[in-house]
Amino acid sequence: MIKIANVSKHYGSFQVLTDCSTSVSKGEVIVVCGPSGSGKSTLIKCVNGLEPFQSGEITVDGTSVGDPKTNLSKLRARVGMVFQNFELFPHMSITENLAIAQVKVLGRKQDEAIDKGLKLLDRVGLKAQAHKFPGQLSGGQQQRVAIARALAMDPICMLFDEPTSALDPEMVNEVLDVMTELAKEGMTMMCVTHEMGFAKRVANRVIFMDQGRIVEDDSKEEFFANPRSERAQQFLAKILHH
Amino acid sequence: MNYQWNWGVFLQPSASGDDTYLGWMFAGFKMTIGLSLSAWVIALLLGALVGVLRTVPNKVLAGFATAYVEMFRNVPLLVQLFIWYFVLPELLPTSIGDAYKQTNPVMQQFLASMVCLGLFTSARVAEQVRAGINSLPRGQKNAGLALGFTLPQTYRFVMLPMAFRLVVPPLTSEFLNIFKNSAVCSTIGLLELAAQGRQLVDYTAQPFESFIAVTLSYIIINVTVMTLMHKFERRISVPGYIGGK
Repeated sequence: MIKIANVSKHYGSFQVLTDCSTSVSKGEVIVVCGPSGSGKSTLIKCVNGLEPFQSGEITVDGTSVGDPKTNLSKLRARVGMVFQNFELFPHMSITENLAIAQVKVLGRKQDEAIDKGLKLLDRVGLKAQAHKFPGQLSGGQQQRVAIARALAMDPICMLFDEPTSALDPEMVNEVLDVMTELAKEGMTMMCVTHEMGFAKRVANRVIFMDQGRIVEDDSKEEFFANPRSERAQQFLAKILHH
Repeated sequence: MNYQWNWGVFLQPSASGDDTYLGWMFAGFKMTIGLSLSAWVIALLLGALVGVLRTVPNKVLAGFATAYVEMFRNVPLLVQLFIWYFVLPELLPTSIGDAYKQTNPVMQQFLASMVCLGLFTSARVAEQVRAGINSLPRGQKNAGLALGFTLPQTYRFVMLPMAFRLVVPPLTSEFLNIFKNSAVCSTIGLLELAAQGRQLVDYTAQPFESFIAVTLSYIIINVTVMTLMHKFERRISVPGYIGGK
């Protein structure tokens, strides 16, 4: 589904990604973790072309992201993305947030788009909030709406960029529950997250990044039981004992 | 001080004979409003366009927009007015220039003033629109693009609706400025409010009454603008955000 081959990226002389290669198959759930500044968010943003990269190749469902001939908007419409800061559109009601891209990008009819949006809103447990505005919801609720908004486009895979990092601790689980359910339904997912509990529960593989490189790319059993690199061992030691 | 107050002056028949001095003031009042509102339409439309262009990734478009803003922002309004009114008609192809010079002189003054004020203010509006766009969280643009919107769609549906809401307060000040700046147009002979005030002094030798009337007129205009813009601001506020319900 997603193939990342020898991707490198730099801002001026600063190397952000160095020779990253991995892949995500259909139905697989991959967790990407690592210390801050290790390039994980940049890597996931390269997958739908929000960040350009200088060398290497990324293909999503056979379409090359870096190819200038690719219609990136079309590709992005098929790849769902959830952001750290939710990024709902504050001037639109929840219903409008869910419907607008379906109408303007996919050309669905307004009623059909609202119907679909409300169904997904129900699925994330927020049907009662449909008429509200993003500023009136809690962070956890906003993030669940953001997931529903991405799902409304019928994506072939979902990218999560630290979806719980901006949330109060109490609200982390409501978002992780939605993600877990999604994973169980067979959605292809690539998640940048520090939630190791989530990784243990649902990930197929864990990728560990440090200083722009993919240091580990293992099954979760292997990663948690005996991480090979010293950096990953240190990381896990720090993150796991609470 | 030995000043003879005479508020009755406004009701006296004017020197031209067909009107009162109050009529002169009112004519100036209407001219100021007509000029400022038409210039404001130009300023808003062009300012919004140029402000957006300053933020786009295309370097040629952004460079053009920057040059536009710097040109209109860094030359005094009075000098710009003289260029539009005295210099530009000479630079036009002879046939167009002559046709222009043969139109009604009041129309010439009005057109030059409207274009001058409109473009001058558009540069200032553009800067505020740009600031509004740049103050949005960066993730908003990414969120729009990630949903499959094209860049123009992302501006249209995601960024501009919020950016314009953010810049309503500074735009209100520009709107007030355009009424005040329109007084500069009296220098090319356009009989707007300030010019009518001066003319009244020349004919009646009652400067205090005359300029008190001019001052009050500007205050009435601008208090009205402020009130309307404040209502507008409340109406477009976003629930759950600053200023929202």
